Amino acid sequence: MTQTFAVVGANLAGGRAVETLRSEGFTGRLVLVGAEPDLPYERPPLSKELLLGTKVSADTLLQPRSFYDEQDIELRLGRRAVRLLPASRELELDDGGWIVADKVLLCTGSRPRMLRAPGSDLAGITYLRTLEDAARIRAALLAGASVVVVGCGFVGTELAACARLMGNPVTMLELDVPLGRALRREVGERLTDLHRENGVNVRIGAGVARFEGDGRVRRVVTTDGCTIDADLVVVGVGAEPATELADSAGIATGNGILVDERCRTSQPGVYAAGDVANHPNPILGERIRVEHWQNAQNQGMAAARSMLGSEAAYHDVPWFWSHQYDVNLQVAGHPRDDDQVVWRGSLNGLDFTAFFLRGGVLVGAMSANRPREVRAATKLIARRGRPDPEWLTDPTVDLLRSAPEEVSASPMAPYQSSDIPMQRVEAQP
Amino acid sequence: MTIHDERSLIRACAVDELPPGEVMRVSVNPAIALFNVDGEFHATSDMCTHDKSSLSEEGFVENGRVECGWHYATFCIKTGDVKSPPASEALASYPVHVLDGVVYVAIGAPDAG
Repeated sequence: MTQTFAVVGANLAGGRAVETLRSEGFTGRLVLVGAEPDLPYERPPLSKELLLGTKVSADTLLQPRSFYDEQDIELRLGRRAVRLLPASRELELDDGGWIVADKVLLCTGSRPRMLRAPGSDLAGITYLRTLEDAARIRAALLAGASVVVVGCGFVGTELAACARLMGNPVTMLELDVPLGRALRREVGERLTDLHRENGVNVRIGAGVARFEGDGRVRRVVTTDGCTIDADLVVVGVGAEPATELADSAGIATGNGILVDERCRTSQPGVYAAGDVANHPNPILGERIRVEHWQNAQNQGMAAARSMLGSEAAYHDVPWFWSHQYDVNLQVAGHPRDDDQVVWRGSLNGLDFTAFFLRGGVLVGAMSANRPREVRAATKLIARRGRPDPEWLTDPTVDLLRSAPEEVSASPMAPYQSSDIPMQRVEAQP
Repeated sequence: MTIHDERSLIRACAVDELPPGEVMRVSVNPAIALFNVDGEFHATSDMCTHDKSSLSEEGFVENGRVECGWHYATFCIKTGDVKSPPASEALASYPVHVLDGVVYVAIGAPDAG
């Protein structure tokens, strides 16, 4: 009998999953459900090229519409999955329709955390998550809007950089050092200077007391008593995993949907991947939930293979990049503040790589304008290499070309399956 | 020497200017990436088909594949085929001729596939 697989989330993770299911030979019925009206697309350009106008929305699509026709992938776009009956894997959509599936992959993603402040419902206060958001923000930037960015994570800082490149006045509000948590504090401080050098009014320690306006936002009043003129406010105060569908089905969650190495949830036949999945990374030896492009793509593909019976663990070294002005930032692994850090290059010159060692094992790298060194570090992190710190910092060593065999490797992290705080019930054959 | 006559041959480099494992950019329009894989020369289009990075200048060459330096799409150097996403379109592949210690690339119509 023909099997049915349903993928919830027509985004990067879900899009790559359906591509992989077909390319790896799944011939059954395949349904892709997405709340947004668009075909699956890549989000990184939304806070960069799409704002600047160097790309248009069509450039971000994973595949043209014809691909889904040719591959016989049923698209249910603009439709939200509202309920999952776990035992029978019946999925209810917001139009009242049902999909009965043999296997379900949840790629429900993450959504922007909402800022609650007086006046936060005024027009002109927005978030940046979708193609529609990016188009609206670009239109406002082109109209010369004075911009206030609330929260300085990657979305906020990338948007601020684009707005400055387009000539708009920009104020950034952040309670602590911008990117100081996502990157190292001193890197965040250097990037804060970069934004100031580019004319951004960076206000650290200032939150939003209230928004004022006349139907549209006109001013932001800060917690330290300042009033800043604004035509456009973009809020970027983090994201939250969209777990409600999993919760409705009684699937184990906790900072995302808990999955095992093969992206299986606590419910047999139900899988999860992408921003929403909390996955035990076998290289790092810890559970992580990652809201970055690489994880969405590759974990979506891994989950698809797992649905087809593969027993391989998803085991990427996490990696992401950001682009601000002429600085390309990259981070690999999972650096922590208490790791030993060795530096190569110049932080001040924004031409550096910081390597993170934990007990002698390379666990992370962070760079500005040195992608080759991050690529080299990624390979070492993957094999839990123990590089000599002097070798890492020696500017004459090309890390990518030096034989990695020279670096002693250590066994995989002692990841214990009992670390998985979830109940799995093995599927019946 | 047998060479497809309707194609224009351009001199890329001397054989010893491109050691095994190396890649160079051939500045024609569109640009071509010329690879030496274990002593065999292969030429592909230089621009990653996912975004617009230069594979010769920013990519990584390993095990007969080139990996884009921006988002890690990989391609088979010999055929141009996509080996991993985010790319979905193959690179163009160009015939290469080595004559008297000089590497020539046949530009014009790229090889199919």
